[in-house]
Amino acid sequence: DLGYALRTFNPQPYKGAPSSSTSDLKKAVLESQYLRYIIALETGSSVEKVRQEARGILEEMSHNLQLGFIRLMAYTVNKVFKRLFRSIYVNMEGLNMLQQAIQESPVILMPNHRSYVDFLIVSFILFTYDIPIPVIAAGIPLASMKVVGEILRRSGAFFIRRAIGSDKLYWAVLSEYVRTIVRTGCAPLEFYVEGFRSRTLKSVVPKLGMMDMVLEPYFKGEVFDITLVPISISYDRVVEESLLALELLGVPKPKESTTGLFKASRVLQEDYGCMHVNFGRPLSVRQLCEGKINRSEYNLIPRDLPQRPSTEIQDCVNWVAHLIVRTQEEGSLISPWSLMACLLLQAPITTLTEEGLQWHGLTEKTLWLRKLVLDFRGRLNWPDSDVMSSTVALHHSIVHHKAGRVCLVQDGDPASQDPLSPEEGVMRTAAAVLMLVSYRNQALHVFVRPGILATAIHITKSTQKDELFSFFCFLRDVFANEFIFIPGRASQDFAEACSLLQKCGAVHMSEQEVTVLETGLEVLSFLQKLLQPFLDSYQLIFRYLCENGAHVFTEKQFLPAVQNLATKLILSGDLHTFEVLSSDTQKNVLSALRRLEAVTKLRAGLYITQKELLGGSIPTRFSLC
Amino acid sequence: MKWNGWGYSDSKFLYNKKGQAEFTGKRYRLSGMIIPGLREWMESTFGANLQHKTPAAPILNSSAVQPPTLNEAFLKELKSTGIPFSHDAEDRVFRSHGHCLHEIFALREGKIGRVPDLVVWPNCHNDVVKIVELACKHNVCLMPYGGGTSVSSALECPPEETRSIVSLDTSQMNRILWIDEKNLTAHVEAGIVGQDLERLLNESGYCTGHEPDSMEFSSLGGWVATRASGMKKNIYGNIEDLVVHIKMVTPQGVIEKSCQGPRMSTGPDVHHFIMGSEGTLGVVTEVTMKIRPMPEYQKYGSVVFPNFEMGVACLREVARQRCAPASIRLMDNEQFKFGHALKPQVSSIFTSFLDGLKKFYITKFKGFDPNRLCVATLLFEGDREKVLQHEKQVYDIAAKFGGLAAGEDNGQRGYMLTFVIAYLRDLGMDYYVIGESFETSVPWDRVLDICRNVKARIVRECKDKGVQFPPLSTCRVTQTYDAGACVYFYFAFNYRGLSDPVHVYEQVEHAAREEILANGGSLSHHHGVGKLRKEWMRETISSVGMGMLKSVKDYVDPNNIFGNRNLL
Repeated sequence: DLGYALRTFNPQPYKGAPSSSTSDLKKAVLESQYLRYIIALETGSSVEKVRQEARGILEEMSHNLQLGFIRLMAYTVNKVFKRLFRSIYVNMEGLNMLQQAIQESPVILMPNHRSYVDFLIVSFILFTYDIPIPVIAAGIPLASMKVVGEILRRSGAFFIRRAIGSDKLYWAVLSEYVRTIVRTGCAPLEFYVEGFRSRTLKSVVPKLGMMDMVLEPYFKGEVFDITLVPISISYDRVVEESLLALELLGVPKPKESTTGLFKASRVLQEDYGCMHVNFGRPLSVRQLCEGKINRSEYNLIPRDLPQRPSTEIQDCVNWVAHLIVRTQEEGSLISPWSLMACLLLQAPITTLTEEGLQWHGLTEKTLWLRKLVLDFRGRLNWPDSDVMSSTVALHHSIVHHKAGRVCLVQDGDPASQDPLSPEEGVMRTAAAVLMLVSYRNQALHVFVRPGILATAIHITKSTQKDELFSFFCFLRDVFANEFIFIPGRASQDFAEACSLLQKCGAVHMSEQEVTVLETGLEVLSFLQKLLQPFLDSYQLIFRYLCENGAHVFTEKQFLPAVQNLATKLILSGDLHTFEVLSSDTQKNVLSALRRLEAVTKLRAGLYITQKELLGGSIPTRFSLC
Repeated sequence: MKWNGWGYSDSKFLYNKKGQAEFTGKRYRLSGMIIPGLREWMESTFGANLQHKTPAAPILNSSAVQPPTLNEAFLKELKSTGIPFSHDAEDRVFRSHGHCLHEIFALREGKIGRVPDLVVWPNCHNDVVKIVELACKHNVCLMPYGGGTSVSSALECPPEETRSIVSLDTSQMNRILWIDEKNLTAHVEAGIVGQDLERLLNESGYCTGHEPDSMEFSSLGGWVATRASGMKKNIYGNIEDLVVHIKMVTPQGVIEKSCQGPRMSTGPDVHHFIMGSEGTLGVVTEVTMKIRPMPEYQKYGSVVFPNFEMGVACLREVARQRCAPASIRLMDNEQFKFGHALKPQVSSIFTSFLDGLKKFYITKFKGFDPNRLCVATLLFEGDREKVLQHEKQVYDIAAKFGGLAAGEDNGQRGYMLTFVIAYLRDLGMDYYVIGESFETSVPWDRVLDICRNVKARIVRECKDKGVQFPPLSTCRVTQTYDAGACVYFYFAFNYRGLSDPVHVYEQVEHAAREEILANGGSLSHHHGVGKLRKEWMRETISSVGMGMLKSVKDYVDPNNIFGNRNLL
């Protein structure tokens, strides 16, 4: 391992890049006309003071990439990963394309973010294959970790505050810093377009701030092209699985700290299966944007000055960001476990918690689902030998397999010692279910589009294509915070859903009509049940808001109230999903309602419901479900 | 003059029996010389090969020319005026084109499209008045023709034109009518070509200082009609700065100002309707322009920079200090190598030894990368003392940007290149290589970006369009202004293996222009719009701007007598 860390590292950098040190970079940022302009705008204190402040921000933010620390990092990471994972798979053709691309234009590495483990994996792989090490955008909490923060900084991390809000100076320093990195091409830039770690293991609707900054040098003609490389990291088992579920149920996540990290080292004892890193085909921003934008809108104002981009540009950025996340989804590998999770969740909850599900039935159904995934062009990770029992063994923290039956494992001591209240019991089951849900989520992207069509067929009972399309669009719109849909591609999504359902023999398509085939009932019912928890959750919250009558509500009231209501309904047997208990679902519903203008935000944390919701079209259409 | 290529018939590049490049004739400094490096440069840059020739059709096949559509009534009255005319096929074909690649390429293949039906040669302003009157009376389409050096498809006959097209050749109106030594102006007929104007003025000790690269052949009227720019504009100004008074014949009558005041506040300057009108409003017949005493002293110079970025920074600083010499141009690395390939054979061992030493000094001792360095060429003019002083100032600035003085020779050769480059294109076309130049103007902060992006776009487009060999894609910053610069691109490629090379060429050029506009460059700095760049006019000057120009056209020429359909 030591020998590996000390190997000669001799990457081929971007041909246009000057060799520049981190201090050159900081200097360039501080002396940029853009920053000088912003500093001059800041009133209230002297220019020198603001400059000082800007320098402080930059110091806090800046990376300090050093080869020595990369070696140290590589050594440690190598050690740790060897403990955690059986093996790490990387697609070589993706790496080769990346190596080529890096010499031609500035490269942006865009991995998905499912685990803290993601953080240095890309650097580690690039080091191994002699490709320039990226600088990485990270959240500021990481920087405050003793020693580790500094090691990360020297491994190329730069740190961004969480809530920047309206701090203009901070925005200015950050955006100039990012743009300078892209413009000079001094190192590849890595950032998470989803903004944060997905707690649900489902793709998160992309954040646009960073994406904006990264693309601007192309829009302004400062570089000929920029290459985006979507990277999909898939895990057999995610290190933080149980923490994530608890967090979703409202247990706060532990603060990132060095001692915390050491405590977490007990996870090193566990087996987490394999890790798959898939480097996607490099995408040329120039090609992506062709015909979508007119770059001459930047001709009339000096490019160093801030300029609000046109809606055309904003839409384009949004579109690119969604496209990247979709590509990440397509590149990710679905494990047998995800398929089993889909199926387990469709069993009645009492079966799971009490007598258990028949192993034989489960395996047979999983094989059936495997075929469906292949039909839907999903990428499967299906090692041949005895994959299902080994995968269940790997996930012993969630299910156990005994005497031909599979049961859900629930945390805590047996109920006899310290009897739980029914509400606590719900939460306990919910924690286990949400873990299962997160693994199901890893496979959702393959099923979403046909799933929505199946739901539309189920609800409307219609065979008319127009009618189905209109309902498809409605659901697509409502769930746009839940699943990744590329904006403006509703009809393509619909066409894709149709063709996939046709391909697997579920429906027959004609010019005007979609007819369900006898042979397709199994598929359609599976798909519809797969999305049912989302429908149920959304419906419940809509109902709560409608019935509650309170026009003005705060986020603080809303979240626990929904949780209470849901718990009650679960106990009474009127609600069959635990997913509504997840704060992620609740937030998504709120965002969706805001997007649909059924709820408006008055100020931070305070909302008002609009007519649209109470008696408007959304609940009416939704109540059909 | 050649009928299907550039310039004089006696001057051309060719490969002699030994396979060495040679420039024939006696007119240029390079004439009669062997250019040993050219062949290797052509072979390595384009992958061209002396075995693969694409010779031009040697003589014009008159039967390929459509018979003229003559307006008999017009012709009859024209005869009575005594103004010379011709409908000979050769005369008509000669005036049917400019020097765009597609125009020359078609001629070389012997393909002739729509050509003027008649050529007339007015001898003076009054002849033009008569011709325009007759054209209006008989609804004949007039197309003014000056030196024929257009590179904007401006001289192409619109194929949809059904009327008889008359080419109005101004070449006989080539006299200097008077010189006013008190006010330093000269009144000149607009058909005079640049080199004759300079030569005649020089005889009286004066010059205009207006030296576009095409000055051997382009005419004063053409300069006015396209808003031309000269190499030495830093001292003498562009055409709009040089012109004091213009007389133009339009279908509505003659337009001219009533006095020769050096500046007027009398509403929008009507000269600016004329300048850049590209023959759509009338014929410029006489121009009063500024003249200057001939400079006492001229000195060329050159500076080598380690890279293009440093060179641009230096030019920007020179512009900031407003101390630009008569001409200052910065060639990129590819163009520097190109210039190098055009070095004639040196006679003495001593010079070649010196050259070797220079090269050694720059690349080894100073550490310049021969694949990145670039060179600025300079021309100073004025009285001797001031020139030397000026020279020192510019070299001092250059030194701050890592520039090393590289001698007069390199400078002079740089300027010579601009006069022979058009001949070189004909040589390229003999060997499967086609290319052209195009230009733009751009603010200083975008110069580097536009150069890089446009060159890269050309390379990428060529690849995408199936060009088998890497193209030559090079540029120079050719003029400096207070707020920006003029950038000139050369683009050429070997088209072996392509079925429709001209179409590919046009697609790439189109993409390059899109790239220029997206990068904040202008549609044209001095070549004009013609028909080639018309499609971008609206976005360039806005719909209201288009409306303004259209309303002028509608008033001045309601029946579209000047029907070359340029610009709008």
